[in-house]
Amino acid sequence: MKSLSEIETTSKRASRAVGFSWGVAEEIAKGVRQLELFGFPGIKNLSQYYKLINKKKFEKLTIIKKNNKSNKSSLCPVDLGVRFLDQIKTLESLKKITFYKIAHPILFLPFLSRSSEIVGKRILLKFEKNTLLLNFNVNILSKFIKNEFPSIAKKVEVIFLENKDFFSEKEWKNLYKLSENTFVEETDSLKQGAAGAGLTDND
Amino acid sequence: MNIKLRDPNIIMKLSRLGSFHQSRLSFLRSFLNEFKDWDYKRDLFDLDEKGYGTAIYSFKKNDRVYSLVCFANKINEDERSDRVIATKWDAAFTLHDGVPLKKDVERLKNEVPKQEVGRLSYKELTLSRANKSVRVFDHVVENLSKGIQPDLDLLEKVGYLYRTTAVYGSGKFGLADRFRIKNREEINGPFRLEMMLVYLVRQFTFDQVNHVAKHRNPKIAVKLDPKICKNLGIGNSTGLGMAPFIVNHPTLLNNWILCRETALKKIRELKNVKAEDSDLFINCVRNSIKNITSWNTESEYQLNKIKLLLEDVEKFLNYLEKQFNFQKDYPFNEIYLWLEKETCEECIEYIVSIMMEPFAKITQPLIKKMSSDEEKYFNIPTDRTIEDLKAILEKKYPNILTIDFEKKENHKKFWFISKNKEEPRIADRFKEQGSDLEQPLAIARDIKKLYDRLLTSKKKLKIGHFLIDHDDLRHVIRRAFIIEKFPYSEIQDNTISENIIPIDMLRLKLSFFGALKFDPRSDKWLRICMFQGAPLPNELKNYDEQWVYKSHN
Repeated sequence: MKSLSEIETTSKRASRAVGFSWGVAEEIAKGVRQLELFGFPGIKNLSQYYKLINKKKFEKLTIIKKNNKSNKSSLCPVDLGVRFLDQIKTLESLKKITFYKIAHPILFLPFLSRSSEIVGKRILLKFEKNTLLLNFNVNILSKFIKNEFPSIAKKVEVIFLENKDFFSEKEWKNLYKLSENTFVEETDSLKQGAAGAGLTDND
Repeated sequence: MNIKLRDPNIIMKLSRLGSFHQSRLSFLRSFLNEFKDWDYKRDLFDLDEKGYGTAIYSFKKNDRVYSLVCFANKINEDERSDRVIATKWDAAFTLHDGVPLKKDVERLKNEVPKQEVGRLSYKELTLSRANKSVRVFDHVVENLSKGIQPDLDLLEKVGYLYRTTAVYGSGKFGLADRFRIKNREEINGPFRLEMMLVYLVRQFTFDQVNHVAKHRNPKIAVKLDPKICKNLGIGNSTGLGMAPFIVNHPTLLNNWILCRETALKKIRELKNVKAEDSDLFINCVRNSIKNITSWNTESEYQLNKIKLLLEDVEKFLNYLEKQFNFQKDYPFNEIYLWLEKETCEECIEYIVSIMMEPFAKITQPLIKKMSSDEEKYFNIPTDRTIEDLKAILEKKYPNILTIDFEKKENHKKFWFISKNKEEPRIADRFKEQGSDLEQPLAIARDIKKLYDRLLTSKKKLKIGHFLIDHDDLRHVIRRAFIIEKFPYSEIQDNTISENIIPIDMLRLKLSFFGALKFDPRSDKWLRICMFQGAPLPNELKNYDEQWVYKSHN
């Protein structure tokens, strides 16, 4: 079994070798490490992508907009990920961003995961019939444990989810009522002994 | 009195970092302190009459066990080399997490002696190998087998029976990643498991030498006197592998130096010092003279440093004894200011280390702050502006920004990773091939390049947008935002200059390990000694914390 340290080091060096700058190679390596840590096939997809990278042309975006169409070739997931991370503070206000044709979309995931932590919001990633939920860089929810990740995603939607409860007010109240059973009913004498009780001035 | 922390632009210069010495903060000393209450045991000692075979040593507390698994193998004389190209060693070791099962030992027997080309598992924490000092080992065996103790002069010259040539940890070659064990209280300090490995290896070397002597002459042989054992350490040959580490771990480097600087600041701020504390300090300085006079090296560079150090420490002792009075307020501040004025860098840092000896109350809480969660500081704050970044560079790298990298001498060297051993090396870019594959360790040059580009960029431009056209400098942009928060995270020197002395980088790290007697064998590798004078495992429960200054050698 390869250690995460080996995975990170080798991914960094390989990324530099295919032409990314050292700084970007560091970003990719952290991402692949995270994918492997979360049980996603990071090494497999990076390896497949790097086999193609010098044979096929992949498109790079500079400024990310609400709708991002690539021209002929598909978008480079690494470059897209780095730009997404770099522009995250402005992208957050777009709420929903659409990309067309991303190569090896799994490699885009760690950048979205880190972005989720930076903005403090969950991010939903949808492509074709697949949905992934990126939870503040703590975990990624998906059904891809057994399924193969596609080598290309035709239409990708990135949605910033507003922070809200995933339970009903009724469910919360039920639980809160139970929690009250750990409190002590206050008598007059207990009230008198409470912190701040008996003060005559409010200066 | 509020003493300021020392200026990183002075302290982080390589010549200063290369003058650091071990102290109470050093990792081997904090390891001993942490594990003194653990139960030490030799669990297996299955060596043949020549000393080849398997041995296991352990530290145990409650349910936690760390086991050193040792494999001693026969190698031919011409196969023994400290160089990185070596493929065989006299002994190979791994620190196993828990009690190894028989099948673990069988697996490790096959993998550990292969070192870099072997595969370890998440159950192993550190990996190392060592070679005998053949001259000393044979001499000790010869004498013990005749019933006499070895020649102390010879032992003093070398200082160890074995020297390690590499100690690996943190996920190398399949070893456990740091994250798997980082929440363990007992290893809440850098390199603690590496220190444990080296410490237990030291005991193995004594047991092996006794065992071989006994088998050579069972009736007459005696054991190596424990007092002699105590004054032997473990040697270590260290090359450039260590140098990139301190560049690649900026927040960790900061925390090491910041703890040292904080300790010094707090000691200088002590208004009154108890007599017992000043006496302990003076005694340590006095006793330490033996450490200097027994410091053997053939390196002219180091001999000169030792000569200056000895002269200055003697001058300092004279000052302490004849002119100085510890009754005055803020005595250590006065001492420090005198040192700055009157002595060399080597002496200043030497005495700074000794100043910590009486003040465990100051150093102990700092030891827990010497690790770093580096992931936390990895993200670049891309919503900051060019104006912010430029201000950081001007404030944090003032000397670096004055270097003219157009001059050949200022970018003569380059760092690279060798293909055959995946080890870092340094070479002349104008004479050797490979500079196109340069490692990102020329921080000073790249910071200067970044600054030049910032000068022509719009002040209010966000870093995220600047990066679109300047991703080649992303690695140093990240560092600039790290140094903004961590003042000691960067070496304030040019690591690719013609005049770079790479062993200064090694020495910095080794001083934090707790190494003694730096012996440069060139400007690129050196030998050191670890644990010389340290308590033996059976003495750990109650040992003298100033053992470093009480070695007989």
